[in-house]
Amino acid sequence: MNAELRANLVALNTIVYREIRRFMRIWPQTLLPPAITMVLYFVIFGRLIGQRIGEMDGFTYMEYIVPGLIMMSVITNAYSNVVSSFFGTKFHRSIEELLVSPVSPHVILTGFALGGIARGLAVAIIVTLLSMFFTQLQVHHIGVTVIVMVLTATIFAFGGFINAVYARNFDDISIVPTFILTPLTYLGGVFYSIHLLPDVWQTVSLANPILHMVNAFRYGILGVSDISIGTAIGFMAIAAVLLYLFCIRLLKSGRGMRQ
Amino acid sequence: MNPALSIRNLTKIYGNGFQALKGIDLDVAEGDFFALLGPNGAGKSTTIGILSTLVNKSGGTVQVFGNDLDRDPAALKRCLGVVPQEFNFNQFEKAFDILVTQAGYYGIPARIAKARAEQYLNQLGLWDKRDVPSRMLSGGMKRRLMIARALIHQPRLLILDEPTAGVDIELRRSMWSFLTDLNRQGITIILTTHYLEEAEQLCRNIGIIDHGQIVKNTSMRELLKQLHVETFLLDLKESQLVPPELGAYPARLVDHHTLEVQVEKSQGVTELFRLLALQGIEVLSLRNKTNRLEELFVSLVENNLAKEAK
Repeated sequence: MNAELRANLVALNTIVYREIRRFMRIWPQTLLPPAITMVLYFVIFGRLIGQRIGEMDGFTYMEYIVPGLIMMSVITNAYSNVVSSFFGTKFHRSIEELLVSPVSPHVILTGFALGGIARGLAVAIIVTLLSMFFTQLQVHHIGVTVIVMVLTATIFAFGGFINAVYARNFDDISIVPTFILTPLTYLGGVFYSIHLLPDVWQTVSLANPILHMVNAFRYGILGVSDISIGTAIGFMAIAAVLLYLFCIRLLKSGRGMRQ
Repeated sequence: MNPALSIRNLTKIYGNGFQALKGIDLDVAEGDFFALLGPNGAGKSTTIGILSTLVNKSGGTVQVFGNDLDRDPAALKRCLGVVPQEFNFNQFEKAFDILVTQAGYYGIPARIAKARAEQYLNQLGLWDKRDVPSRMLSGGMKRRLMIARALIHQPRLLILDEPTAGVDIELRRSMWSFLTDLNRQGITIILTTHYLEEAEQLCRNIGIIDHGQIVKNTSMRELLKQLHVETFLLDLKESQLVPPELGAYPARLVDHHTLEVQVEKSQGVTELFRLLALQGIEVLSLRNKTNRLEELFVSLVENNLAKEAK
């Protein structure tokens, strides 16, 4: 292994370790709230309301919403980890520590993204364990489940990074989650099958990328989906690559970081 | 041998059209202790920002030990340690973690990074504070922490942007001693400061920048030679009601016990003391009214201002 590659791996390990240490240190703000929120969803929607709804696509309502809720946790946590951490380093100016060092933009981006993915997956594991108090989960296709979860976390980690680069204040890092991510997630088939919608709204829903992610993940867990799994995974892979390239371009330009 | 720093025709025009640097040329030799001085807004911090890649240059070239900023920025960064003017570390991180993390960015394995962090925290008197979050440190401790952080990858060129600003005199002197030792070990140091006695005491060579241009780049000794007139304050033993007659030495009483005298370089002070002795005036002590470098600095900046006005 040449010296430069070894140095980059040490730098990557440093960033990832720092990112994981950050969200573990403040676990009451990062890991506990999604656990509480999801338990409330399980109790209110899954147990109380779900019993009156009955079955959906051949599963109890609780079984049906669990994959969507896990995916919702992954999306919001992967995104918010990167956006708050990277914006925080800009705000404290500690981003300068990274910029003056010889770390490549690829390592910086990968390090922050892996931090976001790690938090997304950590919350997914917590939510999955909690869901087992309410229903029995049997994974239909482990490969699809893992690929979709990792790709989704990656895409939203990159999304959080872009938001952080453009953000000028703390308001800017909450606008996208509040006004874009949350509505798209709720309308992304977490709580319902799009077959319940009128034809025109079914077509409109297909333009929502989160619908494809939630359904692909639901296929991995339950084996049912409203959309084509191959198309969904292909779309996610292309989106991840394009977002990666865009993030690298932002880092190289120094936008929001260098004068 | 490559100079430690070589800057050619460096320009910076900010987005609002302000031209902060107007094509500066600067060389700093390896092993030098160099002062980069200038009034506020002269372009010092912009120059340092470009060297440390925090500011994108508009034109020109920068090389550190032969490593070009455009061609091989990573190699340039490995040679360079920067202590910025403003605190720029994560306020929630512990002092020790800040150093180990910074070392990691330079590809230094954790085992070596921890040993170096211990070494520099000890040398800078911060070892007892290693587990304290940086926001809890005093201003002087934060400055020392930034110096330790800049040294963690053992750079060959260390740039300090006003490292002793707001630091008490005792601590400032201990930092001077630390920096002098570093320089003796072969580390090239570039220092910007508003304390001109600090620059005079520490630095061998000096560049003065004003309005984005280098107006002086010479050795400290040569620069001080250009000082033609020095103003001294003499503490007198006996009270005086009128200034004594001192011939070619212009003099005035600041108060009944303090005499201000202007002495030209060619005159020296021997004749002055002879004249005072003849009049029975005893002098308890003698000191410069202002720092010698400060007098030169003010005159150079004022001359440049007059040129700019024309």
